[in-house]
Amino acid sequence: MSATTKLAIGMAAGVLLLTVAERRAQADSNEQYFPLQSYRVGPYAAGGSGFFGGFIDYMQLVNLRDNGVNGVKLTWSECETEYVVERGVECYERLKKGLNGAPTAATNPLSVGIAYATIDRQTVDKIPLITINHGRTDSTDGSVFPYIFPLQLNPYSEIAAIITWVGEKSGGLEKLKGKKIVTLYHGSPYGKETTPILDLYAKKYGFEITHIEVPHPGNEQQSQWLSIRRMKPDWVILRGWGVMNPVAIKTAAKTGFPVDHIIGNIWSNAEEDVRPAGSVGKGYIAITTGPSGTNFPVLKDIEKYVVKAGKGNLADAKRFGTIYYNLGVENGILNIEAVRVAQAKFGKRPLTGEEVRWGFEHLNIDDKRLKELGALGLLQPIKLSCSDHEGGGAVRFQQWNGDKWMTISDWVHPDRAVLRPIIEASAAKYAKEKGITPRNCSAEIHASLSR
Amino acid sequence: MTTTEQTVVAGQPSCDLPGGWVGLGPRSTDGFISAGARISRRAFGPLLLLFFAFVVVPRWAGDYWFSAILVPFLVLSLAGLGLNILTGYAGQLSVGSSAFMAVGAFAAYDSVLRIPHLPLLGGIAFGGLMAAAVGVLFGLPSLRIKGFYLLVSTLAAQFFVEWAFTKFSWFSNDNASGVITAPPLLIAGHDFSSPRGRYLLTLGVVTGLTWLARRLLHSETGRSFLAVRDMETAAAVMGIPILRTKLVAFATSSFVCGVAGALWAFTYLGTVEPHGFDLDRSYQVLFIVIIGGLGSVWGAFLGAAFIVLLPVALDNLAAHLLAGVVDPGHMENLEKMVFGSLIIVFLVKEPRGLARLFEKLLAWLRRWPLTA
Repeated sequence: MSATTKLAIGMAAGVLLLTVAERRAQADSNEQYFPLQSYRVGPYAAGGSGFFGGFIDYMQLVNLRDNGVNGVKLTWSECETEYVVERGVECYERLKKGLNGAPTAATNPLSVGIAYATIDRQTVDKIPLITINHGRTDSTDGSVFPYIFPLQLNPYSEIAAIITWVGEKSGGLEKLKGKKIVTLYHGSPYGKETTPILDLYAKKYGFEITHIEVPHPGNEQQSQWLSIRRMKPDWVILRGWGVMNPVAIKTAAKTGFPVDHIIGNIWSNAEEDVRPAGSVGKGYIAITTGPSGTNFPVLKDIEKYVVKAGKGNLADAKRFGTIYYNLGVENGILNIEAVRVAQAKFGKRPLTGEEVRWGFEHLNIDDKRLKELGALGLLQPIKLSCSDHEGGGAVRFQQWNGDKWMTISDWVHPDRAVLRPIIEASAAKYAKEKGITPRNCSAEIHASLSR
Repeated sequence: MTTTEQTVVAGQPSCDLPGGWVGLGPRSTDGFISAGARISRRAFGPLLLLFFAFVVVPRWAGDYWFSAILVPFLVLSLAGLGLNILTGYAGQLSVGSSAFMAVGAFAAYDSVLRIPHLPLLGGIAFGGLMAAAVGVLFGLPSLRIKGFYLLVSTLAAQFFVEWAFTKFSWFSNDNASGVITAPPLLIAGHDFSSPRGRYLLTLGVVTGLTWLARRLLHSETGRSFLAVRDMETAAAVMGIPILRTKLVAFATSSFVCGVAGALWAFTYLGTVEPHGFDLDRSYQVLFIVIIGGLGSVWGAFLGAAFIVLLPVALDNLAAHLLAGVVDPGHMENLEKMVFGSLIIVFLVKEPRGLARLFEKLLAWLRRWPLTA
């Protein structure tokens, strides 16, 4: 026998062993599984550890306080992605099959890049992909993207809300004419997502828009802020992420740009984004879908049942109730409510991804339900449908007072009707490129009504 | 494949495996000794490997193996092979591999999208050809500048390409985020979009190109590469056209990288953005070549296996053994440390890369179990 033959036989034996090990029998389980493509190291660790900390603590609360969802316990496991697309894909493939027989409900990668890379896979695998407050805007159109949910706020709504608010501040949208706005964005699909919509608004309201990119991860922005200083814009919209945010605020202050004319978007709105900038961060404005703070009954319950029991996920207890953490809790509420809605239709048992998808599409959380959940004021009311996978769309503005966020506006609702045709056109283009036949949403509604 | 070439490939590692860093000294290219009697036995191993990859693996492996491990491993092996043609064989240093991958990916995407009735494989080949053209363009300075200075000029390719694809949204069909998505993977009516299909498609392309590359490297052109690498002046004196040889090396290398890029976008991720092909990816490919073994076709595969599989294996191992015991953040850092130290250990133990270790292993296996 030649050496290569021996080697090939050895390899074959090895791979056989591995696949046999992989195909071990799966036990029946009365649990619902959430695979967590989390990230706790790297430049975006603050977002990842806060968000997944809140998400895990909420699931822990549901398990400890309510004994799961109608008796179905929640289970989860983590896989570190470092916010890197390939690793996120690997994690998805590794975890998608469920855990010890518990079926997978949905994925929440909290990364636009990873979400983009798993859109096709998850549609085939029939596992919902949740991109709360971010994601691919046109996935709002559920007729083309049945399994993708940019819950609460898609990037276009975010920009629309910011422009609406800036218009109000200037004394009406028509006063925006001749104003200069700069958007400083993260050099990634997430950062670029809103470029066309800003261009559209600039044309519509007659303001001048300049797009400036900050390459990932964004810890050096001297040249960008020097050109901003030369342009003297009225407002800077900061579409940052992670370490890019405090660096932006610090560099703005250093180059003499007034920090209270920077508006942070939904991923530039956390305590971790402004606190490292120190005292110069005072006056910085940002939008949010859920305020920070611990005064909500649901957070009090988490404190009582989870944190006090020593089962809290946060390494640093001081981060309890921060923006990222609370977003994780919001995300947990939305995911678990979707499971609950789906259970009402399909039965009180662990559900498949396909069934949970139905739950997401029929989410309808009003103020009454929010009150029951102890999350009134933490979340906005949200109602999803086949054609609308976003559901909410409103934001509030907050300002940093040097120590914590102060809310400075009521809910600002963007004009979603204006955005709808753009979203539909983009989704239709995608459908054509990929050869997808869109679902007929109105027919589905009729079918469910006549039943 | 002619008998002589086959013999050289399998029997004479001196041609496949240079003795050390690029261009540091002359290397033996002797060993063109025919040994016809041993060919069939030597071809047996690779054939068995192909049978294994095409028949056994698709039967046994699951989605996770296809989508998360085998496909990226194959694609990065191909990219490593591409760079190895340029760096390991022709001795031209480059950190522009991921730029050529990007050109391949975007050109393949645009051609399939915009040229009606262009089959998928035609699009992938077109991606490779465009990458080859760009490669030749950025290879032009190689006539005048060498070594680390050439490295810097390929760095320019890296930044230029990334910038161009970000700046001009035409390339991504005016997608707002600059992201391209894979077309339906249909070849002659067969749908290759399942994980197994994507694996087989990738494997087919990689096998074909690897075979072609080996043929090329053991042809006259390949020997010219080695001559230019080992001593440019001597090669010129012997009448080898230096510029042409270098440009051919750039073109073939970029073609292979371009195809790898197209596969990365189409069969692996299904989507890609310009920054997915950043400098880090170039370094990754360079490390694959260095760890695998410069100037070795199999080295690219071994290097890719090391770079792709080892972190995943470590992560899986840690997830099974240490979950709940160690904080997930700390675990990640620990894994990085282990991975880094393994690289150092390997390179200290065998500076010529895994291909050389592999050779030693084969030699040992040949004797085993009769001698120690």
